[in-house]
Amino acid sequence: MFKIVRREEMTGGTVILNEIEAPLIAKKARPGQFVILKANEDGERIPLTMADSDPEKGTITIIYMVVGKSTALFKTLQVGDSYQDVIGPLGKATHLEKVGKVICVGGGTGVAVLHPITRGLKEIGNDVTCIIGSRTKDLLILEKEMREASHDLRICTDDGTYGHHGFVTQVMEEILKSDEVKLVVAIGPVPMMKAVSNITRGYNVPTMVSLNPIMVDGTGMCGGCRVTVGNETKFACVDGPEFDGHLVDYDELIMRLQAYQEEEKTSHKHFCTIRDSK
Amino acid sequence: MTAKVDKKEKKSRVPMPEQEPKVRARNFLEVPTGYTVKMAQEEAERCLQCKKPGCQTGCPVGVDIPGFIDFLAQGDMTGAIRNLWSKNALPAVCGRVCPQEIQCEGNCILGKKGEPVAIGNLERFCADYEREHGTGELPPKQAATGKKVAVVGSGPSGLTVAGDLITKGHDVTIFEAFHKAGGVLVYGIPEFRLPKAIVASEVNFLSRLGVNIECNAVVGRTVSLDELFAEGYDAIYVGVGAGLPRFMNLPGENLVGILSANEYLTRANLMKAYKYPEVDTPIPKGKNVVVLGAGNVAMDSARTAMRLGADSVKIVYRRSQEEMPARKAEIHHAQEEGIELCLLTNPTRYLGNEKGRLTGMECLKMELGEPDDSGRRRPVAVKGSEFQVDCDLCIVAVGSGANPLLTSETTDMKLNKWGYIVTDQQTGKTTKKGVWAGGDIVTGAATVILAMGAGRQAADSIHNYLTLGW
Repeated sequence: MFKIVRREEMTGGTVILNEIEAPLIAKKARPGQFVILKANEDGERIPLTMADSDPEKGTITIIYMVVGKSTALFKTLQVGDSYQDVIGPLGKATHLEKVGKVICVGGGTGVAVLHPITRGLKEIGNDVTCIIGSRTKDLLILEKEMREASHDLRICTDDGTYGHHGFVTQVMEEILKSDEVKLVVAIGPVPMMKAVSNITRGYNVPTMVSLNPIMVDGTGMCGGCRVTVGNETKFACVDGPEFDGHLVDYDELIMRLQAYQEEEKTSHKHFCTIRDSK
Repeated sequence: MTAKVDKKEKKSRVPMPEQEPKVRARNFLEVPTGYTVKMAQEEAERCLQCKKPGCQTGCPVGVDIPGFIDFLAQGDMTGAIRNLWSKNALPAVCGRVCPQEIQCEGNCILGKKGEPVAIGNLERFCADYEREHGTGELPPKQAATGKKVAVVGSGPSGLTVAGDLITKGHDVTIFEAFHKAGGVLVYGIPEFRLPKAIVASEVNFLSRLGVNIECNAVVGRTVSLDELFAEGYDAIYVGVGAGLPRFMNLPGENLVGILSANEYLTRANLMKAYKYPEVDTPIPKGKNVVVLGAGNVAMDSARTAMRLGADSVKIVYRRSQEEMPARKAEIHHAQEEGIELCLLTNPTRYLGNEKGRLTGMECLKMELGEPDDSGRRRPVAVKGSEFQVDCDLCIVAVGSGANPLLTSETTDMKLNKWGYIVTDQQTGKTTKKGVWAGGDIVTGAATVILAMGAGRQAADSIHNYLTLGW
């Protein structure tokens, strides 16, 4: 059992932070790696890239958005409750290298995954500009943390309620025009990563994205997380989760992420019916 | 003496009752329902108790077959299970999934003129009887040696190693990457062939003997082999299975609705997705299902799809029925349940709609040419024979390769060109000191019992290493 030692609700309860006791995983975890969590006996195995890990405390931190049955179930877990299973660290760690000027672009809960990578890039001597965005001010997460992790933080909201009124890509392109950017790291919703990659391709700036496709085991055994990268099939769980953003087939990824859309609706409805009847 | 033999030969093999095909094709309950005590004893009495039993030499773990059958014939159920356990920690599993027809039963003298003794059915009966009515008394264990052994993977070979070494007095811990122990017995083989409660009971038997089982431990990620040695383990057995799904590299392979058999069966078996939405893991329910491949995994996938409510399930295979690698009994069961065999047929590409979902596949008719390296006649495409098969779900069961997760993290262990671990054939020793390996990660995909045989061999060698130093 893996006990929750800290829990925070963000953005009015749609995004949840859990700090979880998992000493073996915490000892090994590197930025960019993920874990698989399962709440209880009948639970689904859900992959989530870690937002943080603390080898001394023996904890890992995940930040997830409540979108379906399984995350709604996760949300019911309070401090002192436990996940039945946490497996990891899985996937390859981010390759952190000193290259010079770097832009880190984050959207939604992708910002949580971006945080340790941004911090790592800054620590080894890069000049890091961070651009984070959300639909509206209330949905923005980790502003303070991202400010500390980077040299320069830019904020964008789609509705203009905070920071730049518009998309992260617009702010990014301004910087690409003026500065000699060596690397872009983009983590967030697939359409955002696709848009970022399409722009950086034009500027010939290497771009790294982190993918979160549907998977079961996370060890390369099921092949459910297949993604096409540079016309080759890769398994995100063992070959990734990070890939060259210019080579990923995002349209295929979007379709594959919708594989269980109908089933997810049924399951969530089933969960809500049971929860509400209690 | 001669008269006695004649008398026995006249008795025909006692069939095991089964669920009716039409009924079982829509449920997940076990297909054969098991012998009664009377049936088991009647069948046990058919055994000639040969002085040089061929059956025993046909068993990869050397079960004393006439011995356990004799106990059973005399009504000594405890004696029978003790006898089985002394050579096989998983009799309830082996009685169900071993290919007896090419092993013990294939060597039974009665099979020369008639039907062999139903050894598998009898083994299953003894294990089931013990589980349901037995005393629960454990077999004796040798005095503690103080040596620690780590077993990586809780499939059939790992469980065998653990069972052998715990009774020899060693301290054994199994590390399993999944959240539940059993390996292929829980994620791969379906409930209707091997009920998961039975696997759990076999695993529990090992726990009761004192084996520690650490789930959620991905060796190679959570912990490395060298770290296990640093933690004080004296020997390590690697039995992680093959675990890398093969696809056919056809155009359209990443359409939604194309799954590896590994994924499909893991969802159905380990995650119990057939109970969805009572459990949380979904599984695609195809109306028209195609399974590519013709081994036991393909049969398991096809039969699962039928049970999940498919209108039609087709096995698409490029060779003929004769070359199908699945057990004859499995093919027979599948056909009885309404699964269609599309033989001498090879897919060339997948077809999808604008939502990226599978709608069908294009296939070619094949004919058999000259024998290839495997000695089987090579299938050759018939020119211009393209045709389409409609399907909304395709399960790819064309074999598996070596999963590099552990081996790529263990640089001082020699692998062959396909990524399987190189071991000494007699002992299972790898090129890394103190590390043994066996099962599918050494041989490539094979059977439960061959993995167990490799486990037995390695356990003997590990025991020698720990007690004698070699």
